[in-house]
Amino acid sequence: MRGTDEPTDEHWLDPEIIRPYVVTRGRTQPAHGRFDLISMALAIGPLPGPDAGLDPEHLRILQLCREPKSVAEIAAYLDLPAGTIRVLLGDLFDRELVSAQEPRSEVDMHDMKMYRAVLDGLRSL
Amino acid sequence: MVFARSERPRLPTAIKILVAGGFGAGKTTMVGAVSETRPLRTEEVLTDRGVGVDDLTSVEAKRTTTVAMDFGRITLGNDYVLYLFGTPGQERFWFVWDELAEGSLGAVILADTRRLADCFPSVDYFERRGTPFVVAVNCFEGSPSFEMDEVRLALQLNPAVPIIMCDARKRESSREVLISLVKHSARLRAEPVGS
Repeated sequence: MRGTDEPTDEHWLDPEIIRPYVVTRGRTQPAHGRFDLISMALAIGPLPGPDAGLDPEHLRILQLCREPKSVAEIAAYLDLPAGTIRVLLGDLFDRELVSAQEPRSEVDMHDMKMYRAVLDGLRSL
Repeated sequence: MVFARSERPRLPTAIKILVAGGFGAGKTTMVGAVSETRPLRTEEVLTDRGVGVDDLTSVEAKRTTTVAMDFGRITLGNDYVLYLFGTPGQERFWFVWDELAEGSLGAVILADTRRLADCFPSVDYFERRGTPFVVAVNCFEGSPSFEMDEVRLALQLNPAVPIIMCDARKRESSREVLISLVKHSARLRAEPVGS
């Protein structure tokens, strides 16, 4: 009898598990940058053509990021784990196709100007 | 075409607020009520750095877990974007909270008066971590009504922690909760006592 924890072929061929790794060609860390869940990304320059050597997922990110989007949003819209999006964003950042903005650190949370801006924004919703 | 750095449009800075509370307390409902889009879901693969495991004993000291989080977005002018993250409710995901809480403006703890005890772990967690938080009592129809003092007593809250009665389904009500959190966080962090 086969043990229950022995991986089966079916398990390893599960597309939900495989897809993120195929998309990144097995990479789990971005080449550059940290990319927090709420780091913001914005596409810069014109959309590269088909000969630029980019994957469809790269192009989808560039299309999505014509307006600033966070790593979490890109992951949700592309239905891929946040870790996969970090790797792809790293590629685009390397090619200067996106600019990125890190979120505020805990230290910056003492800035009264930020609190005023957030309060004004919420009040005008 | 290459863009000069100065020509690049400025990116807004992202700020996050956590929405915590027991299962079914209305976290995703509140995120959806006040966000500009329907609640989105993201999956994060996180490393559990040996929680409750002696690192000397086994290779299992580092485990990875995939956690799904619901979140929403509120664009605040050109300079800021606010993200609301519903914290994963299960206790075994405590370590996830540390990554989420890092750099957050603060937390809303949603309390359901039918199961007030469900928010004890959240209160403990944010108190311990020093993250500013408010308690929002989600007033469901037919749920027992409590006075604010009773809730404060039951949760053993510091008198400075705001308690707000709310309806997490309503945009206006959820917005008031966020405003009260931002004011509270500003009082604690931007104008420290004694300065």
